[in-house]
Amino acid sequence: MDLPVVWFLLIALLWTGYLVLEGFDFGVGMLLPVLDRDRDGRHDDRRRRLLINSIGPVWDGNEVWLIVAGGATFAAFPEWYATLFSGFYLPLLLILVALILRGVAFEWRGKVDDPRWRARADAAIIIGSYVPALLWGVAFANIVRGVAIDENKQFTGTLFDLLNPYALLGGLTTVTLFALHGAVFLALKTAGEVREDAGRLAERLAVPTLVVAGAFAVWTQLAHGKAWTWIPVAVAALSLVAVVGATRRRFEGRAFALTTVTIVAAVVLIFGALFPNVMPSTTDPAFSLTIDNASSTPYTLKVMTWVAVGLTPFVLLYQGWTYWVFRKRLTVEAIGPNAGLKPVVRQR
Amino acid sequence: MDALDLARLQFGVTTVYHFLFVPLTIGLAPLVAIMQTIWHRTGDERWFRMTKFFGKLLLINFAIGVVTGLVQEFQFGMNWSEYSRFVGDVFGAPLAIEGLAAFFVESTFLGLWIFGWDRLPRVIHLACIWAVAAATWASAYFILAANSFMQHPVGVRFNPETGRAELESIWALLTNNTTLAAFPHTVFGSLLVGGTFVAGIATWWMVRKAQKGDETEARTWRTAVHLGLAAVLIAGVGVAVSGDWQARLMFQQQPMKMAAAEALCETEAGPGFSVFAIGDLENRCDVKQITIPGVTAWMATGDPGATLEGVRELQDQYTAKYGPGDYVPILPITYWSFRLMIGFGALSAALAVAGLWLTRKGRLPKQEWLAKLALLAIPAPFLANTFGWIFTEMGRQPWVVVPNPTGVDGVWLLTADGVSGNPAWMVALSLVTFTVVYGALAVVWFKLMRRYAAQGLPDEKPADPLGDDEDAPLAFAY
Repeated sequence: MDLPVVWFLLIALLWTGYLVLEGFDFGVGMLLPVLDRDRDGRHDDRRRRLLINSIGPVWDGNEVWLIVAGGATFAAFPEWYATLFSGFYLPLLLILVALILRGVAFEWRGKVDDPRWRARADAAIIIGSYVPALLWGVAFANIVRGVAIDENKQFTGTLFDLLNPYALLGGLTTVTLFALHGAVFLALKTAGEVREDAGRLAERLAVPTLVVAGAFAVWTQLAHGKAWTWIPVAVAALSLVAVVGATRRRFEGRAFALTTVTIVAAVVLIFGALFPNVMPSTTDPAFSLTIDNASSTPYTLKVMTWVAVGLTPFVLLYQGWTYWVFRKRLTVEAIGPNAGLKPVVRQR
Repeated sequence: MDALDLARLQFGVTTVYHFLFVPLTIGLAPLVAIMQTIWHRTGDERWFRMTKFFGKLLLINFAIGVVTGLVQEFQFGMNWSEYSRFVGDVFGAPLAIEGLAAFFVESTFLGLWIFGWDRLPRVIHLACIWAVAAATWASAYFILAANSFMQHPVGVRFNPETGRAELESIWALLTNNTTLAAFPHTVFGSLLVGGTFVAGIATWWMVRKAQKGDETEARTWRTAVHLGLAAVLIAGVGVAVSGDWQARLMFQQQPMKMAAAEALCETEAGPGFSVFAIGDLENRCDVKQITIPGVTAWMATGDPGATLEGVRELQDQYTAKYGPGDYVPILPITYWSFRLMIGFGALSAALAVAGLWLTRKGRLPKQEWLAKLALLAIPAPFLANTFGWIFTEMGRQPWVVVPNPTGVDGVWLLTADGVSGNPAWMVALSLVTFTVVYGALAVVWFKLMRRYAAQGLPDEKPADPLGDDEDAPLAFAY
């Protein structure tokens, strides 16, 4: 196979890994203020800690998929990386700030035993999960839709061009899909009341997600699809329909497998619709970035192929092992007292 | 300020900031791994408590290093897209390899280490922290390979058809002698940070405990003091040796940078090392200096009588070759950052020698000033690292990729030609955002570190790992 094609597929694979894995931990973050409520409707810090700990050992490893996807795009398609990152400047700035605050909030939240400290960390986690979940959808929708690119491969649009109805629907799709994916993950990963509540929430989220994601998939297919991309559209739709059934009957493992299939199908649809472009130009199709005019040299691609083929299996192996080690369901009862330092009491 | 200045300022701010946390991670991770190893081998619970104590500080620090690293990768595309287009074929590879080979290992095994305390078999749990430490070093290697390409491009050629630099040999790129010298220098420099950090905090506690007459605890801390000081001494020697090698290479590869470091204006036979200069460095040669004869010539070539080219002559050579322009870095910055780097590094090592002397033959010093000085010493190696990077990056200007005088021809790029076409307000917004966010995080980071350091060793006893099949709850680390 042609090397740029191989790398187009590998980049799609890296994004799949990222969106599937960080998708559920974005979902957990977004659902924090909903699923932390006990049966009396009060926010319960022990439940909140349970939710955060459910992704504790893995969120950082999940985020590395983004770093590698970014680095691989830089190495394999420098022109794509340059145009995309300089063009989508403000959304990426927002994503970075969100990911920064969210990451330190995870690590620092439990370090001080003070409700105000925790409230700030939780705000960072919740907002820091919503913002990237929304903006990745907006970004990918814009990539498929095409943006203004001139003959020098420069983005000439504005921020407001990126906020078109189709892209906003894309953002809404990732938000709902990740929320569902997160709820399904929590139903699979916890025990007791949180498991029941997550299961119920997943059931409630399934139909709206089906509607939103279905609309986005069909719009994508009709506006940008190829004949064969009806297949991922159908797979995504059918798996979401099956998720509705699975969440009703509380088939937790199956539901998680199905939301995973949905995300994979969505990435296949996006990249399938894109191919062989990587960033179509709405200014003039001749200015579009393609896998050929945006790629690195065959030598670099060959080197990178060896590196990726040699290392990715190990990554999958030890990341899979992490999930195996921490496979047990978590319960609120097992949560110990808060180990953080007591807040400083100011002396007058 | 235009977009170029703002983008440069942002790169400086975010990189210096990122590299406050990174050397502490690179330097502290192996020390924590050593502590845990000693506990594992000897069963001495004092080392368990130390592992827990310094491990917690490592984690507080690690979080911020990771998330600021993301900015580093993204801003090449966001602010330096023309640079990215020009070098992507070459420069992207080590970045991508770093992610795949090192960063995945680092973050995955750190998660296992944090959450695996009571879950994993002890030896596997120990292997996790070693995997993290090794990965931070591997990560440093690939990032330095990328950076060294900007200092000394090898393994590449210029393709006039595409107008960009293209990779010819990945092996040449990864074994760039600039990288081979920069790697030990950076890792030892980080160990200087990690060692001083451990020794500084442990000395403070040792003195406190000795003052209170708690000799058992004071002795426990004393072992940590010695581990830290040993690391500093090894690092001090390593930094000096590798730095000497680097300087020698730099005189060949970037003569302008070294001439600027020495404020060597005129070509001179057997130039001395300038210790101090007063006067107007910006106007180049109008300065009075105190110099040690022959040292700079010896540093550069091994011969104290060698002739070295000065800034003026090099400027003329560059103008002749690359067209009219100013090819001289900002002299006061290169001159002083170079000296401050050496000064703060040497200060760290000297304090370590003093520390060993004061604790010789089982002594437990009780002097209050020592406790204070130990804490004051902690920033010194951080500053050495910071000034080292300011020197190496500012000394590279006005180039983003410096032309290689000894090899590859045609691969070079001026910093001004590497910037994205985005409007200045956008870059300014980004700069202000990062500065504010980073500033706030630094305050919180410092407070957390200080309060956790003030907690002292935990009274915890090691728990038996629960094993894989037992129906026991998982540890909640967050």
